[in-house]
Amino acid sequence: MVHNFRPYLVNLFCLAFALILSVAAGPVLIPPGTLLRILAHGLPGVALQPDWPENFATIIQQVRLPHTVLILLTGAALGGSGATYQGVFRNPLADPYLIGVASGAGLGAVFAMAVHWPNSMLGLYTIPIAAFVGATLTIILVYSLARVGSSLPTTTLILAGVAVSAFASSLTSFLMLRSNQELRRAIGWLMGGSILSGWEPVFAVLPFVLLGLILLLSSGHALNVLQFGEEQAVQLGLPAERVKAFLLVAASLTTAAAVAFSGVIGFIGLIVPHLVRLLWGHDYRRLVPLSILGGGTALLLADLLARTVLAPQVIPVGIVTALAGAPFFLWVLRRAKNQAYW
Amino acid sequence: MLEINSLSVTYGKPDPSRGLALEQVSLSVQPGEILVVIGPNGAGKSTLIRAVSGALPVLSGSISVNGMDLSHLSSNQRARRLAVVPQARNMPAAFTVFQSVLMGRTPYLGWLGQAGSQDQRVALRSLEQTLTLELAERRVGELSGGEQQRVLLARALAQDTPVLLLDEPTTHLDLQHQSSLLNLVRKLANEKKLAVLMVLHDLNLASLYADRVALLVAGRIRASGTPQEVLTEQDLSSVYNVPVHVVPHPDYGSPLILPDGRFGAGL
Repeated sequence: MVHNFRPYLVNLFCLAFALILSVAAGPVLIPPGTLLRILAHGLPGVALQPDWPENFATIIQQVRLPHTVLILLTGAALGGSGATYQGVFRNPLADPYLIGVASGAGLGAVFAMAVHWPNSMLGLYTIPIAAFVGATLTIILVYSLARVGSSLPTTTLILAGVAVSAFASSLTSFLMLRSNQELRRAIGWLMGGSILSGWEPVFAVLPFVLLGLILLLSSGHALNVLQFGEEQAVQLGLPAERVKAFLLVAASLTTAAAVAFSGVIGFIGLIVPHLVRLLWGHDYRRLVPLSILGGGTALLLADLLARTVLAPQVIPVGIVTALAGAPFFLWVLRRAKNQAYW
Repeated sequence: MLEINSLSVTYGKPDPSRGLALEQVSLSVQPGEILVVIGPNGAGKSTLIRAVSGALPVLSGSISVNGMDLSHLSSNQRARRLAVVPQARNMPAAFTVFQSVLMGRTPYLGWLGQAGSQDQRVALRSLEQTLTLELAERRVGELSGGEQQRVLLARALAQDTPVLLLDEPTTHLDLQHQSSLLNLVRKLANEKKLAVLMVLHDLNLASLYADRVALLVAGRIRASGTPQEVLTEQDLSSVYNVPVHVVPHPDYGSPLILPDGRFGAGL
């Protein structure tokens, strides 16, 4: 079953499609054929006769590609951490946004910006680091608030998530009001719109996303065993408490990296693992990697809509994902209530 | 061989007014032997299984398997010595039977859980032994209670341990599935020389299948020995607070317990 490659091929194909569209679309439309030739031209050992406007290459390298890669990393991180939270909590509605982790990470990131940490030695790295601290504190808080005995009921998880999220968002807004920076851009960031462009933010989050995703990708078996519950996991030889703590830290690291420069984007971590589960089953050794690929694809498409629907105006991508995600959330809530397949 | 020595366990936080969940419990089970723990609701039967399996912290006392004290072992090492068949509730419905049983190999696998051909073989053999091979590709959620219980038994066998613990494995099963499951446990204990510690609610099943019985009351062992020695009218009547008759089984002579609580006699 695990050695079935078709789901991966389907996902990689969709991802490639979304990547090309994402780089091609924008105020200046670059035809996909030209785009591929320009990209091929950039490869070592390939020299094509340039028959495209000179500024195309610059647009691609300086504007489109870094934006697309950042969105890809963000979506992949949200998909992977969403699947992991759902597995650790054994709860179909766990999503980095709904359980408040994304807001906590956002608070950390805004705090770092408000006190001008990016001007310190560590530079832009401070933002994902502060977001990670915020995310970890949030997940600890939400988990301890929502826990009833040894179980984690959906209602208390969502309620605790909403409450902590509201608190973190209020603090974030407060910090933004107090700072002298341009408020509209900050709000745009909060709703999921990148405020920095160019390669700098990509390089600043890349190590965090990669580390987080590698940790999550390696944890499929542990997540599978955890589905039997903490007690049986211990009896099967898995030190459940330690493993859960490890997974929560890894997922929070991944979420924080996603939030650091792309803002608080909801529902990707909810929708994508659900669709993967419906299509290709519950084995976390496959669910996690497919959710990572699917998360990247889904956010690239949402971002494409956000940039093109009201062009030249750009809608924060978080609005697009929420418009699609909130109804989906309600649908999942109904299914979860009926215990239809969880 | 499983040895439990003066085991004491508290309820959650230590609370002198509530006493102990288990107090100075000592039991031993030889290879090939089935020890059945009986007792009224709340006596601490499931607590005993959970504490021995490492799922609950222990206040004092020791648990050892073949002379090896378990208290200093990692959960991994412990799970190679002692496997648990829990009650068939809350099984993740979406995994296949084979996937579920293969997870019994967890104590032998690394973090990535890459199962080798040896692990696959052991899992298949466990399915075979529990007569669940034809269910291998079915999803657990589609199975009946009796089938799920056998899948959990197969998963425990895949752990390849000398000791097997079962927590009320027959609770939700009908008469046929009760006896087929317990016959299976008996056969496995004999063939694989497993030391089996099993909690049962049903006194007659305990009488039929146990080599020895331990009667647990309010966290203490009230009596232990052969079914004939432990399952007496006097003890059972006082412990369960209902008059009972004990008569010999027509075929085996083992004690049969008939409650006599009609007409409010036990109130």
